[in-house]
Amino acid sequence: MLGRTANGLFWMFRYLERAENFARLLDAGLRLALTRDLTTAEEEWRSVIETAGQRQSYEAKHATYTGMQVWNFMLRDKENPSSILFMFGQVRQNARLARNAISSELWEAINTNWLEIDEQLKEPVAENRVLETVATIRRAGTLAHGAMAGSMIREEPYHFGRCGTFIERADSIARILDMKYYLLLPSLSYVGSSLDTGQWDQVLRSVSGDRAYRWINAARIDARRICEFLILDDRFPRSLAYCYTLLRENLAALAQLHGAEGESNALMRSADQRLADLTIDDIFDQGLHEFLIEFTGKNAAIASAISDDYRFLA
Amino acid sequence: MSGRADFFDEMHGSGGSVRPAYADYCKWFDDQKDEVLSRKHAEAETNFRKTGITFNVYGEDEAEERLIPFDMVPRIITAGEWRRLTRGIEQRVSALNAFMHDLYHRQEIVRAGRLPERLLRDNDAWLANMVGFTPPGGVYTHIVGIDLVRTGPDDFYVLEDNARTPSGVSYMLENRESMMAMFPELFMRVPVESVSDYPRRLAASLAACAPNCAEGRPRVAVLTPGIYNSAYFEHAFLADQMGAELVEGSDLRVVDGRVAMRTTRGYEPVDVIYRRVDDEFLDPLTFNPDSVLGVPGIMDVYRAGGITIANAPGTGVCDDKAIYSFMPEIVEFYTGEKPLLPNVETWRCADDDSRKYVLDNLEELVVKEVHGSGGYGMLVGPASTKAKIEEFRTKIKERPENYIAQPTLSLSTCPIFTDSGLAPRHVDLRPFVLVSPEKIDITPGGLTRVALEEGSLVVNSSQGGGTKDTWVLKD
Repeated sequence: MLGRTANGLFWMFRYLERAENFARLLDAGLRLALTRDLTTAEEEWRSVIETAGQRQSYEAKHATYTGMQVWNFMLRDKENPSSILFMFGQVRQNARLARNAISSELWEAINTNWLEIDEQLKEPVAENRVLETVATIRRAGTLAHGAMAGSMIREEPYHFGRCGTFIERADSIARILDMKYYLLLPSLSYVGSSLDTGQWDQVLRSVSGDRAYRWINAARIDARRICEFLILDDRFPRSLAYCYTLLRENLAALAQLHGAEGESNALMRSADQRLADLTIDDIFDQGLHEFLIEFTGKNAAIASAISDDYRFLA
Repeated sequence: MSGRADFFDEMHGSGGSVRPAYADYCKWFDDQKDEVLSRKHAEAETNFRKTGITFNVYGEDEAEERLIPFDMVPRIITAGEWRRLTRGIEQRVSALNAFMHDLYHRQEIVRAGRLPERLLRDNDAWLANMVGFTPPGGVYTHIVGIDLVRTGPDDFYVLEDNARTPSGVSYMLENRESMMAMFPELFMRVPVESVSDYPRRLAASLAACAPNCAEGRPRVAVLTPGIYNSAYFEHAFLADQMGAELVEGSDLRVVDGRVAMRTTRGYEPVDVIYRRVDDEFLDPLTFNPDSVLGVPGIMDVYRAGGITIANAPGTGVCDDKAIYSFMPEIVEFYTGEKPLLPNVETWRCADDDSRKYVLDNLEELVVKEVHGSGGYGMLVGPASTKAKIEEFRTKIKERPENYIAQPTLSLSTCPIFTDSGLAPRHVDLRPFVLVSPEKIDITPGGLTRVALEEGSLVVNSSQGGGTKDTWVLKD
């Protein structure tokens, strides 16, 4: 297949994942805000924007943090280069670009959802519609992944798309954890017995992990356990370990199709090995922030090696 | 529900009773409930949106994706009528291909005094780079769209030849898909020739035109100007359906004397390029130096026999309306037969007698620019204003060679579905023709374009026309 088309598929799934992750973040923020008084709610919304890494662009436009402003900014603001509307537009744009490499079912799933999202985001989103809108975006991801799983041959296009998904998901989990690292640092959490469990809940909810975590840990909220769960538990599809298992599999499949391994396979192997050898104690000894910075750096290096190995760009 | 008496209605003729071609359909139609049809009518648009069958229009601020309106009443042609059309189209297309070869070689038709040399000299589409060169398999016009109009039960005319890059075939295919999804029962009752293997036929026809240097199964790629082109959907659709690559100029470069595309494995040679990029933009080294849509050096590879370009550069000559006016001579010159499908009577404003006639009768005539297309730069006398007519009078006097005129044809009508039932509207027909060294292959069907406004004779989608599914009945 063409390198440009492979690039299109890779980014189509990166943007899809990013849009979906921001929708989860908004969802978590909304639920939290609903249970707070107005002053605390402002703090929650600030933390949502911060976790999404959109503080600078948000504050260039707004002086205060209110729910309505925050979700409209994240969902549809034209001045926000990472708005969900823009990203989903990119998903669809890349799907059009790679139209002859994806199945009709996948294309129609993307296109139909784009039409719906575009329609729902034409006007500012009011309080009574925001949950529905966020649900539409999350469903869009689910439908696309389902269409892909059920209709696409396991050939290059499939694997490039999957690589995009897991590179982006790993990056996003690491960023969310890093934004919250001051909360997760055990030294702080041990001291602060009045630790805000709502914030923990938000971390878990923003990766849709609250339920899975409770199931494993019988609702004991504990920094170390949460980190272990989100970094090392390869049973949970939104953990770093799970992302890397899948990323490794898809890169291995590509190497097999090409009959040769590239730089991306080598980087992958070393990153994967490192994750497998680590315990949560090692991570906390090293420093969570340092670990996550190193992780995102290596993750970006794998992404760029994939692009080079498979000639995404001229 | 009957057509106006002065136009031939394909469903009802000039009288009121249903013509045999439409008998089965009308029987079915009469049993349908109005509200069900209205609902289906509304659903059709949603379906087209979902599938993404759109064309891009660029306004001042934002790009917009529009649908070409689809009408759900099929346009029906009998097996006998189709056979007759097929013979005429084959003859015409084979003459066009021979004409192209002659134009770029000995120009026998000019030497024989059957075509004025000036028509080539004045023709912007004529390419000096093609002189003396024969494309692989001797094929110039790989894909041709012949625009036909009808004025009576047995009266078909060729209105235009589209040998440059005829578009619209994706609508032929998707209109059929939509009809089958909406009314499966109809296709169980009425025996309709299938069009769905067009992409397979196209792939086979292009592969049969591959250059000699192609190894193994020829590699075909569709060259698109990119995602912002108005017909991008069709380019992606055809590549997908053919199992071909969809390439842009930036994916291609000349490597070791071949045109190669950048795949995930490195540069791999392409054998046949189905290009949807105009001649001018194909090769910045040969044509427009600012073009980023083409491939630097592709013309050198082409002339060395390293790649097939479909359609061949320089075929746009055939689309010229002054050349069109000579088609009866051209057909006769190359086939030795009288044309089976007549031209519409055409006056060349460059000829003194014709110009006088045209200027005296502007109110009655259709005037077209010889290089124009898409319904632009056209005067429909009877539907026009005094001012517009005078504007054309001046233009014709200033540059007579730039215009031709034709009688305002009584185009046939076919009913469309409206909120108040069936209503007749004017239609034309564009069958799609594939040319390879082995054969001329015509898919039974085509694109029926329909003027949606009552009385309008302009069917172009750029001018608000719609489309219909076109049925060729089986014997």
